[in-house]
Amino acid sequence: MSNPLADMDKPDVIFCIGTNMTEAHPVAATRLKQAQAKGAILIVADPRHIPLARRADLHLQLQVGTDVALLGAMAHVIAERGLMDEAFIAERTEGWDDLREHLKSFTPQWAEEITGVPAALIERAAVLFAQADRGAIYYTLGITEHISGVDNVQSLSNLALMTGNLGREGTGINPMRGQNNIQGAGDCGALPSSYPGFQPVSDPAMQAKFEEAWGTKVDLEPGMTKVRALEHAGEKIYAMLICGENTLVSDPDKSHCERALERLDHLVVIDIFKTETAELADVILPASAWAETDGVFTNTERRPQRVRAAVSAQGQARPDWWILAEISKRLGSDRFEYNSAAEVFNEFCSLSPLYAGLDWDRIDGGGYQWPVPAADHPGTPMLHVDEFPRGKGLFKTPSYRDPAEVVSEEFPVWLTTGRRLEHYHTRTMSGRSTGTEYLVPEETLEVHPADVQAWGLKHGGMARMSSPRGSVLVRVASDDTSPPGTVFCSFSFSDVPVNILTGSGYDPITDTAELKVCPVRVEPAPDN
Amino acid sequence: MSLDLTLDGQVVPFQEGETLYEVAHRHGDKIPTLCYDKRLKPLGACRLCVVEVEGANGPLASCTTPAREGMVVRTVTEDLEQHRKTLVDLVLSENPKGAEITPLRGLASQELAQLSVRYGSDGTRFAGATSGHPRLDDPNPMILRDYEHCISCYRCVRVCAEQEGDYAISITGRGFGTRISAEFDVDLQDSDCTFCGQCVQTCPTGALGDQLALQYTDLPEPINATRSICPYCGVGCSVDLLTKGETLVGVQPAMDGPANEGALCIKGQFAWEWVQHPDRLKEPLVRKDGELVPASWEEALDRAAAGFAQTAARHGRQSIYAVASGRAPHESAYSVQKFIRVNFGSNQIDNCSRA
Repeated sequence: MSNPLADMDKPDVIFCIGTNMTEAHPVAATRLKQAQAKGAILIVADPRHIPLARRADLHLQLQVGTDVALLGAMAHVIAERGLMDEAFIAERTEGWDDLREHLKSFTPQWAEEITGVPAALIERAAVLFAQADRGAIYYTLGITEHISGVDNVQSLSNLALMTGNLGREGTGINPMRGQNNIQGAGDCGALPSSYPGFQPVSDPAMQAKFEEAWGTKVDLEPGMTKVRALEHAGEKIYAMLICGENTLVSDPDKSHCERALERLDHLVVIDIFKTETAELADVILPASAWAETDGVFTNTERRPQRVRAAVSAQGQARPDWWILAEISKRLGSDRFEYNSAAEVFNEFCSLSPLYAGLDWDRIDGGGYQWPVPAADHPGTPMLHVDEFPRGKGLFKTPSYRDPAEVVSEEFPVWLTTGRRLEHYHTRTMSGRSTGTEYLVPEETLEVHPADVQAWGLKHGGMARMSSPRGSVLVRVASDDTSPPGTVFCSFSFSDVPVNILTGSGYDPITDTAELKVCPVRVEPAPDN
Repeated sequence: MSLDLTLDGQVVPFQEGETLYEVAHRHGDKIPTLCYDKRLKPLGACRLCVVEVEGANGPLASCTTPAREGMVVRTVTEDLEQHRKTLVDLVLSENPKGAEITPLRGLASQELAQLSVRYGSDGTRFAGATSGHPRLDDPNPMILRDYEHCISCYRCVRVCAEQEGDYAISITGRGFGTRISAEFDVDLQDSDCTFCGQCVQTCPTGALGDQLALQYTDLPEPINATRSICPYCGVGCSVDLLTKGETLVGVQPAMDGPANEGALCIKGQFAWEWVQHPDRLKEPLVRKDGELVPASWEEALDRAAAGFAQTAARHGRQSIYAVASGRAPHESAYSVQKFIRVNFGSNQIDNCSRA
């Protein structure tokens, strides 16, 4: 997030797109509700009539995968009506003339054809956002899990830049990170292109820096993304270590993923449960869990916070850092001599300029947001106050393209996948907790009541849902949250492995899967 | 211009808009309250926070009285303490067992019990009819609705409306018949309740209780609290892990958590039993003759390392790949990437953020 969570009750116009925040980030959503109570206007763009949309002043119910058209049309309206922040554009940005030219064809009428959102509604949303004193954008995977994920983010960036909604309280471009430490995993360099602290592996100076720290010269060439690594399993990739991820259930195109893992000569899984992925391993190493492990999580607002062991680990389970050190020692390395999580964290801080001013003791109270470049630095709750990392903010000119697969006679229905409040990812945790499991014991397919009737389904009955990659059986829930022609389900239940169906395409830059769009066919199936 | 008032004989500064309770609280005064939660709009219902203000006709509720320049305020006098004791006696007359509530019920559940000690009340002075309408039949396994202890402070209703914005519960009836109810008196799961547990944690008597934690009432060890962070989404809510010995028995929100300021959701509040679930992996497993069988750490680590060494020898160091977790802490992700970069000199590493 460019702005802190504490800012969320300060905007006067809130624009949420592709974020089912009351279900996926409920505590952050409470701040938005409080902003609304104080009079803020809430604009929600989402294909489904999600709880946040039910609270919204404007709901832009766009067709799945058409975000670039919607956002481009909003920018078009702002440009045509001269509602931009001219001073901000002049001082803080570059590329405006190119964008302005590019936006000419993005008329609201054109966008209505593609998105299904009435042109008048697009115009109203654009004007409201442009006229906000403090306009803030919040988004989640509904923006990024598309083949156009990067284009979607750049379109949002254009909106914020052209209206001067960055670097001030109650504004910003604010992605809500979905996992407790997904920000931290990137911060720590678990990426094919960067060392800890997002320092590029392709930079020879960084190569030298880490060679000095670790005694190994690491390739200048970036590694593969996970998606490519699975694709090349059994050709270029022959061994994998998977730590705390149920790849088989969470990743797109399950059958492909299963074949990939089976093609490996050697698979080691570190986890707390014997997940579907662990079942395929040659070696499973039991990890100590949350509540048993000392460590650090960095949240969506870039705040490192300490987690603490309150009970001993179950059985012989050990912390991940210990397990990796022991394997490394057996591979002949003497660079993993740690006695505590604190030592690992402090080494990471010493090598990462974003964390250079922090250490284990300093983050005890969670009082810092990175970057914290020096020990006397107070931290950076808000990014981009005076300048952007590259200096001036750059307008990009993304164009609309259809999702990787579009509906056809054979697969006439849009499936979009996501989360539910009660469960988390593949349910390894929430499925083993009495309350959450009591409320939502099985997966259902959300189908609009009109479609339930038209397709010969019944509420509570079974349906077979198929895509070009496979099919699953799922119980039908008649529900008007999804519009006619679009169905929704989560990937949380392994007995409804919806990721058998997904995997139609990937963003060409990030390799993020288009999990939000998958044309399917839905037919009645015998009750079981 | 600085604003001052006189508080129990001391001249103290305050800021425009502060209430007398806030000024006194900031200066260390322990004015008793029952209906007060600093996150909520003051209600002034319990009357325990009354103070004397010179020139006022009678005692004033400090939580609803704005501080004004030059006020002379007394927070502890014999009259006030007598008044407070009478109120506590009245409240306790409805809660004869109020002092026996276990802290496992909720974060604020001891407030009434503490007042009963402070004022030497045992609930017998005004003993008689009670007004509670328990809903112990509500089948949800998370929130106990033991309204026998309800004192109509409305903190649950207010936190649900003002803090959560959910408006799932409300007040029905009047006077002695007042009770807390979901719309149309349905069970919580059929209402707008999202089971965030905020009502449980703000209840000052334990009338609302954490049923999951209450399963551990009989464990003999004392309750310990350990500050940590919720393991679910990226908001990073601060929590206190409640333990008895080596058993995790509950989670409570941390009011001073920078990301959540006391708020939690159903997962952070109620989905923690997996930690000590029988399905947890407790020993290393290695595949022998196609089957995963238990092994010692030595054997499993040797086998893991040998497999990587053999693969690297056969297919080159870039044929080894690792996926780090977005769920595990920094020390895990840092170690996974270092494992690849130091042992194999490649960048064949990613995390689970692309799916």
